[in-house]
Amino acid sequence: MSDLVAKDLSMVFDVDTGGQVHALNNVNFTLKSGELLSVLGPSGCGKTTLLNIIAGFNHPTGGAVYLGDEEIKGPGVNRGMVFQQGALFEWLTVSENVDFGLRMKGTDPKKSKKMVDEWLDIVGLAGFGDIPTYQLSGGMQQRIALARCLINDPDLILMDEPLGALDALTREKMQSLVLKIWKETGKTIMIITHSVEEALLLGERLFVMAPRPGRLHKEYNLPFAERGVTEDTRDIKNSEEFIETREEILTMIWDMEEEIMGQV
Amino acid sequence: MFDFLFEYRGLIVGTIFIALIATVIWAIFYGRNLIRTERTDAVFGNPERALGGWHWVITGVSAILIVWIYFSWDAARAFNPKAANELCQVGKLSSAINPIRSTFPLDDGFLKGTSLLVRENKQLNGLADQVERLGFSDAEKSKAKETIDLMRKAIIGMTSPEFLDSATDAKFKEIVSKIDGLTSKLADQNYPGDPTAEQIAAAEKNPRWGDSGNEIPAAPASPRGYKFDAAAKEMKTIATDFSKIRNNNSNFLAQVEKLKGQIASLDTLVQASPGTDELLVANRADFVKGLTRVLRRVDDGNIFPPDALNNVQSALVNLDKEQKNQQGGLRYYDALMMPGGEIRAGSNSCSEQGSGRWLPKPSDTLRTFARISDPEIGYKGYPLLWYKMKPFGEMVDFIVPDFISSLVPGHYPRHDTNGIVTPNFKSKVRDFATGNFESFKVPMPSGHVWDSLLRVLAGLFFGIILGVPLGLFMGLSRFSKGFFDPLIELYRPVPPLAWAPLILTIFGIGDDGKIFLLFMVAFAIMVISARTGATGTHLSKIHAAHSLGATNRQILRKVILPNSLPEILTGIRIAIGVCWGTLVAAEMLAGTTGIGFVENVARKQSDYEIIWTTIIILGLLGLLFDLMMRWVIDKFIPWRGKG
Ligand SMILES: Nc1ncnc2c1ncn2[C@@H]1O[C@H](COP(=O)(O)OP(=O)(O)OP(=O)(O)O)[C@@H](O)[C@H]1O
Ligand SMILES: [Mg+2]
Repeated sequence: MSDLVAKDLSMVFDVDTGGQVHALNNVNFTLKSGELLSVLGPSGCGKTTLLNIIAGFNHPTGGAVYLGDEEIKGPGVNRGMVFQQGALFEWLTVSENVDFGLRMKGTDPKKSKKMVDEWLDIVGLAGFGDIPTYQLSGGMQQRIALARCLINDPDLILMDEPLGALDALTREKMQSLVLKIWKETGKTIMIITHSVEEALLLGERLFVMAPRPGRLHKEYNLPFAERGVTEDTRDIKNSEEFIETREEILTMIWDMEEEIMGQV
Repeated sequence: MFDFLFEYRGLIVGTIFIALIATVIWAIFYGRNLIRTERTDAVFGNPERALGGWHWVITGVSAILIVWIYFSWDAARAFNPKAANELCQVGKLSSAINPIRSTFPLDDGFLKGTSLLVRENKQLNGLADQVERLGFSDAEKSKAKETIDLMRKAIIGMTSPEFLDSATDAKFKEIVSKIDGLTSKLADQNYPGDPTAEQIAAAEKNPRWGDSGNEIPAAPASPRGYKFDAAAKEMKTIATDFSKIRNNNSNFLAQVEKLKGQIASLDTLVQASPGTDELLVANRADFVKGLTRVLRRVDDGNIFPPDALNNVQSALVNLDKEQKNQQGGLRYYDALMMPGGEIRAGSNSCSEQGSGRWLPKPSDTLRTFARISDPEIGYKGYPLLWYKMKPFGEMVDFIVPDFISSLVPGHYPRHDTNGIVTPNFKSKVRDFATGNFESFKVPMPSGHVWDSLLRVLAGLFFGIILGVPLGLFMGLSRFSKGFFDPLIELYRPVPPLAWAPLILTIFGIGDDGKIFLLFMVAFAIMVISARTGATGTHLSKIHAAHSLGATNRQILRKVILPNSLPEILTGIRIAIGVCWGTLVAAEMLAGTTGIGFVENVARKQSDYEIIWTTIIILGLLGLLFDLMMRWVIDKFIPWRGKG
């Protein structure tokens, strides 16, 4: 299987005002096939930058990322992406959005229709196929974005705050959905989030990033994702171990934020 | 077909006018009622408050029509078609009185003699000032001063009552008695007696009000009309007599003779020693000429002693009063129903002044519209909008470019020794491309409106199919943006009409030039809107498409193009509007068909009905286009702004 390997990854942006921003500095990690990684960190520490490099939208200024044996040089179907705000094509219907990738490949319409129906069923939107996407709620749009990404069968799924804009209830349901899909498909998933709870719950592994320059600060291996597949997520959240870890990470991020404030 | 309607248009307009007023009153009450009964939840500032309100739409439209019907005097004609004819007769009397009237300070200003004196005194003072500055010798100087003094004395000879000739006074008395006589005739019920057969015949021959252009029936046709018409004729002779009266008393004449000698001798004196300064010589000659001119004007004898004309003035005031009295209700009708202007009598016709002149009556405008809509009549021998049977070949010629025959290999046939030409494939292709073949006929739209439409649509079509792709590429590629931007930005800021003279010279005044001009207009708008659309695509959508495996081409066609559609359609909507404006102006500049051409000809002929007809046609077509575009936008991009 293909592991994701980041080697000495650096990203420096030239800013209009003349200075430079070290969005990433010497980031090294390996993500094994089938692992579920969540990334946490204060705002502006380079999470999106990291994801964009892995997706191939941006080239790093230093180092490289490998998926399997191949260096990532541009966007590709083997890495699916889910954005914070759906990024659906509003001029298409739900099913047209979902089978966008298949159509680009020129898949037989009959076959793709079947797949679309299956995926709509999985994300709980069976029967919504002919509705224009702009008529759907935010949570529904996010599920379509998930289906649109998964139908292409990517090796690696990248999610940038996919649940950030949702209400608490929808969010919990979506978290369970992500876990279910992870377990059933065995995909490698990398998910960025701002919520410590979500990071703990969804992350088999968890990176805490630190800003200025953006780097990996601490890494955790967590049991909660595995448990979440079978247990009720709410029970997990109330368990002592969960609360302890949560407080530890929160303090860590608080300290970082304070450090930033002090610098300014 | 609708002649019947136009026959009774007075009645119809009257009914409509009353109905419109009733509608407005009803709508206002309805609206007030609605406000009282309907509890609106929306607070001030919430756009909800602007929803609905169709009764206000009716009120607005009715108000516009009421204003139009009222100020164009259509309502006046509807309720009292005779009024214009009678006011025309009143106008005749007024213009007959005017020469005498203007002598007196009745409406405004000075007595005529007074204002003449003001002027002459000013002239004399000016001349007196000059005497010192003209470098005269002492002899010349004293002679000049003497002359001016004499002139002043001569004027006193006119203004002093003791010198007034008794004959002149008698003439004034005669005028007074004539005016008084006319006043009492006006008051007389039987004046001027029964109309003559000629008068009746003339009245019957009167055109109806508005029958051709702004004509108002001029021959009197009612008892009141006959009275004013007759009074006007009498007044004319009185006015002529009055204008002949001169203040030529013997004292004054003697002074004038003396003055003439004085000026002549001054002239010889001045000419005897002209001096060398050319400017001074010219100025001295002017001085003498000035004196002569004042003398000539004074010699006219239009200045009388200050109170000599008092009786004439009061007689005139009496006539005025009686004249108003005799108009009776007509005066109030004039003030109420014919606002903003009056009916004036010229030498032998009457015309509307003020809003009635340039604001044609709705009913007349409609009739004119109906007339020129008739394809048999049209405008300048060309229908407004109709169809014509045209051979199919003409369409082929229009669509298929002629040069394709040149692309066919081989040569065109050459005639043989018997003078016979055998066509080959190449010449047959040529015949086809130029439409030179026997073909059935198909109906094709034609007419001024169609020509204008076709030009706009053609310009728009080329603007869109060339402008949109270029705009998209300019939004996506550094090269095309940098390369084409200066080209477009160089010609775009120039108002299209500034290009018109040049373009029309290059392409000719036919369709080609206009279409190219419109193409230029539409092209720039389409490029800019397509570029805005392309650059406005959300980055995350592009990223999503990339990671879903779309190629660059696919992203262009499936993501960027649909994403730019709202901007492109808005661009088309704007382009249509601008093209309309440009086209009409271009057609006014040159050409022999089109709505702009019609309006331009009508403008030269001051045919306000046609002008308004074209304005309305243009407005309606513009509205139609806009509604169509709105429908297209609602239908094809309901997702606009919801991404
Ligand atoms: N295109 C760019 N040009 C210049 N600076 C950039 C650019 N993109 C990101 N940055 C800078 O890089 C740093 C990291 O940005 P990034 O978007 O990766 O943060 P983030 O961790 O995703 O933050 P958030 O949690 O708020 O989304 C920031 O300081 C940002 O200002
Ligand atoms: Mg981010």
